Order: sequence, then structure tokens, then C-alpha cells
Amino acid sequence: MNNRKLFAFIPLVIFIVLGIFLWRGLSIDPTELPSALADNKRPVPAFELPSLTEPSVMLSNADLKGEVALLNVWATWCPTCKEEHGFLNRLAQDEGVTIYGINYKDEPAKAREWLRRYLNPYKKVILDEKGTLGLDMGVYGAPETYVLDADGVVRYRHVGAVDASVWKTLQQVMAQVEQEAVK
Amino acid sequence: MKALLLSLMLLLPFSAQAAIDAYEFSDEQKEARFQQLTGELRCPKCQNQNIADSDAPLASDLRREVHRMLEEGESDEGIIDFMVTRYGDFVLYRPRVNETTWLLWYGPFVLLGIGVLVVVLISRNRRQSTPTGPKASSEVGGQYQASEGLTTEEAERLNKLLQRDSDQ
Repeated sequence: MNNRKLFAFIPLVIFIVLGIFLWRGLSIDPTELPSALADNKRPVPAFELPSLTEPSVMLSNADLKGEVALLNVWATWCPTCKEEHGFLNRLAQDEGVTIYGINYKDEPAKAREWLRRYLNPYKKVILDEKGTLGLDMGVYGAPETYVLDADGVVRYRHVGAVDASVWKTLQQVMAQVEQEAVK
Repeated sequence: MKALLLSLMLLLPFSAQAAIDAYEFSDEQKEARFQQLTGELRCPKCQNQNIADSDAPLASDLRREVHRMLEEGESDEGIIDFMVTRYGDFVLYRPRVNETTWLLWYGPFVLLGIGVLVVVLISRNRRQSTPTGPKASSEVGGQYQASEGLTTEEAERLNKLLQRDSDQ
């Protein structure tokens, strides 16, 4: 009899377990993928690409080192990039944040025109015309913004536009990375 | 005029085919592996499509990479590693067997085992309870009497049989 009473609770237990999983599923955004780079704290993959602003200058990993910075993947064909551009300008000018750019699968002439027209928040812009660096970084949609530490290691990735609420998160990550470096 | 139109229409299938990226393979085996790999790798951009099916520019880039690596003589394992180091386990439609996927791979068998166990337990319980059925009928002073389980005749027969057993 005791056994049978226990059996009666099995459906309830199953219901609760299923409920927990389904409830958790509600708060998961399926379009947000884990970043293989940020999760494993890997450095930005090795690259050797020209600068968008000075095509004769070649940029490499060494150019991204030295300070905690943001690395922003953008293109002129990407409407959300235009949306966030003003905010990036403000970050660079008012907050003094170092932002590097990757111009991803774009036409260089158009991209240069874009920076002339909407101002340039980037310290350096890597010209990734074929998307090879993007592929190596696991970029799956522009815009994407990465937090890099002083050694050029990827610490965080955000997919989508950077706005005030996203910046709060990025700021926290950057502060934490800086603190770790001091220790 | 009609003939010209018809011949133009006949050309349509060829122009449609040209829109799909045409890769040349050095041997048929590589082509088969290409189909297999692009069918099993998931497109990170357009979710729930593999990179063979997807029209997204990213999927086309990934197909190009798969083709390049195949022609360079890379193994299937190497190509899958290449994708996983960039896009994570997400790109695998057939997840690898490791600690985090044990539940996924072996969970169904565990559930099946539990199911079998429950069925065995229940059927054993039933078998044990069936012979005790007549006990449900009233027994007074070692003699069975007619009740819900037994008619008068059955009770008499049962008593006789039991009597014979105890006589021996």
C-alpha cells in the first residue's frame, strides 16, 4: 500500500521537472549563441589584414593589444549597425572607450564614405572584405561587439546593437577584466 | 515565335541551376562527404537549417570552407573541429558524446529501462494478487461460503477440494 502511495506521486514529480525545464526555456533566447571564443577565453584569431582607413597599413593581433577595449563588427549593409553607430560615437567621445572595428564583408569605398558621414568612433578599423577574420571569430551576424582584455583575449560577446542597457553589461565586464589584470 | 519561346523556356532549368553554387570535386567520394557534412552542420545564422539548405551568405561561406578543406585533404573530423572551434557545439546536428551530452545520448535508454522496470513490477504485482482473489470471499471457521467472488456451488466445490487435500 505504501508503495502504491509513492507511485501516485510520480506524475506530480514528472510535471514539476517538465515545468522547470519549460519555464527555463521561456527565458532563453534561441538566437543568442554561445561564443566559442569568449567562453574559452581565447585570443582573437591570428590575422593579417589591411586597415580600412589607411589601406597601405597592415593590421594584426598586436594592434588590438595594450588595453581593455571593444571590438565591433560592422558593415554598411547592416541596418542595425547604423542604429548603434551614434551610440558608439558617444562611447568613444564622451566615455573615452577604445573601440576597434572590423568592417565585415563590405565594400571599402562605401565603408569609408560611411565613416566620413557618420563620424568614426574606431581607433583602428580592420578591413575584412572576404569575411575570413569574421569566420575565424565565429561571427554569425553583424553587428557583434566583443570585449577584449589588454592581451587581446576575447572575454565577452554581444550579438546585436549596443544601446544603453547593453553598455551597462559591457561596462561591468570591462571593469571586471581590468580588476583581474591588476591582481 | 512559339518555337523560340519554347526553346528559351527549355533553357530555364539551366539558369536556375547556376544560382546554386557549383563546386567541382576531384573525386566522387569527396562530393559524397561534402553532401554528408553540409547536411550535418547547422547554419548559425538561419537556425534550424543545415548549411546545405540555407541561402544565407554565411552558409555559403561555410560551404566554401568545407569544400576548400575537403580538396586540401582534410578529414571529416578536422572539418568538424574547424567549425566547432569557431561556432561552438551549436553547429553540430549530431552532437558529440561527452559529459555534457550523456543525458542526451543515454537518457532515452535510461527512461526505457525505467519503463521496462515499471511494467515488470506492475505485472508481478498483478500475478501475486490474482491467486489471493478467493480470499476476498468470506471464510468462516475454515469453510468458504458463497459471496461476491463465489457462488454457492463453487464454495461447496472449493470446500470439498480443500477437504480432500487435508485428508491426504
